Amino acid sequence: MFIKQLSVFIENREGRLEEVLEALKREQVNIVSLSLADTSEYGVLRMIVSNPEGGKEALKAGGFSAMLTDVLAVKLSHRVGYLQELLGAICRAGINIEYMYALSTGTDDASIVLKASDLAKAEAVLRQDGVEIFTNTDLAKMS
Amino acid sequence: MIWSKEETMSREDMTALQTARLRETVNRVYEKVPYYRAKMDEIGLKPEHIKELSDLSKLPFLTKQDMRDTYPFGLFAVPKEELVRIHASSGTTGKPTVVGYTRNDLNMWTECVSRIAAAGGATSKDVAQICFGYGMFTGALGLHFGLENIGAAMVPSSTGNTEKQLMYMKDFGTTLLVATPSYALRIAEVAQQIGMDVKKEINLRIGLLGSEMLTDAMRNEMNKAWGEDVLVTSNYGMSELMGPGVSGECEYLDGMHINEDYFIPEIIDPKTGEVLPAGEKGELVITCIKKEALPLIRYRTKDITRLIYEPCKCGRTNVRMENLSGRSDDMLKIRGVNVFPTQIEEVLLAMDEIAPHYELVLTRKNHTDSMEIKVELLPDKMTDSYQELEALRNKIVHKLRIVLGLSAKVTLVSPNTLQRFEGKAKRITDLRKDGE
Repeated sequence: MFIKQLSVFIENREGRLEEVLEALKREQVNIVSLSLADTSEYGVLRMIVSNPEGGKEALKAGGFSAMLTDVLAVKLSHRVGYLQELLGAICRAGINIEYMYALSTGTDDASIVLKASDLAKAEAVLRQDGVEIFTNTDLAKMS
Repeated sequence: MIWSKEETMSREDMTALQTARLRETVNRVYEKVPYYRAKMDEIGLKPEHIKELSDLSKLPFLTKQDMRDTYPFGLFAVPKEELVRIHASSGTTGKPTVVGYTRNDLNMWTECVSRIAAAGGATSKDVAQICFGYGMFTGALGLHFGLENIGAAMVPSSTGNTEKQLMYMKDFGTTLLVATPSYALRIAEVAQQIGMDVKKEINLRIGLLGSEMLTDAMRNEMNKAWGEDVLVTSNYGMSELMGPGVSGECEYLDGMHINEDYFIPEIIDPKTGEVLPAGEKGELVITCIKKEALPLIRYRTKDITRLIYEPCKCGRTNVRMENLSGRSDDMLKIRGVNVFPTQIEEVLLAMDEIAPHYELVLTRKNHTDSMEIKVELLPDKMTDSYQELEALRNKIVHKLRIVLGLSAKVTLVSPNTLQRFEGKAKRITDLRKDGE
């Protein structure tokens, strides 16, 4: 089961990030996790939010270029080498990971969001290993 | 439809008419306009030296500078009492250029605009909304009286308040829109923002666009935004010559038909002033041969175009001018390469991934020019992959390099962040200074 990630294009200009957050706040969209890379001219802010559709509409209405992308949210156990094992399985299946960031779940476990070249295959591989994968409903509960 | 019989005259008859009117105009100007008489005297030219149409090239040019030097009425050929209207250009640099009309001039203007509007498909059944600023600018009133003369119902909504413009269009059943190309696109964009489907809710059939160049790419954008069935034509004029109505496209969209019985066109090399052979591209020079108040002779328009003498499929026989490919004073020299902003526009508008808006900034550092172009992403065509965004940027850089022979820095920006224009678009900022 994939979850919806909200992505928005931001040019590197003072106050631009804040305008995004302002637009989401106005629509009561809560941010669960986010990732923003350090780039020179523009960035893509990727977020897991309480209401992805509502968030996308709010951003578009605010004049932003925004979209929803399917990603996998994976629960990890806090143990040395666990993430490496998971990625090893994905790697062996010939799947490329495009990006990844930490997901805050509000519990003791660690979790990650990941985007892969073949998301469905990645999910199947992980499920085979008995890995727990979050659904949109799980995320709605977190936020 | 063809409005007047003068639009289908044989070349022979047209030449005879133009020659007679040219001689009459030169005589009158020599007698009534001391400024131009001095110019002729200086080169030993007398009105009687102008016998044939080909003698036109002996006459001295007039430029915008001449109009400034004789501000306000120094080039007028009638006493002020005979004027019934005065217009002026915006005059962003220095004094405005002032133009005047007698009663006959206004009638002629209305006739000329009726012709080009009819060529663009206008009929007495149309509801015509004019989104040009009413005022000293000739665009709005020129189109207004020409269309009203055809019998269209005029909606003089002027510029600004785009949402209200849309309300009028929908509620009054506007079928014909007069605007600059950039404002016509802006109106469609605002409609989208307020959730209005213009293709369904507005019954537009004709776009008569002017006061700005209309490139093919811009026309495609217009049809994409307003509907494939809308006939989008471009028309041409300038206040010095009269206002709109000098020329306009017909339904075949293959150049703008010039009202040759009133205006004689020539194409010159903008550098040497030499008249170029028929069909070559250069600066358009116009001689007004029927105007009373301000009959400008060999006025240099600074607009770059080409003349097409072959008769058009529509049946009109008058000469056509290609849609403008730039203005000689819009031409940018970047790292020694001549660049017209329209070339940049063509490249950007042909790409589906980006919005039809851009900004060009020129700077100079260590005697080297650099060009930065900001382009807007579309609100619903986003990618969250840096690789794809970079690929898009590289594609734009690459296409610009092919067309211009120059590399540009391309910056992607969010939708709706670049400036929008209601009148003529100003998309270029030249920050270069000499000696840097």
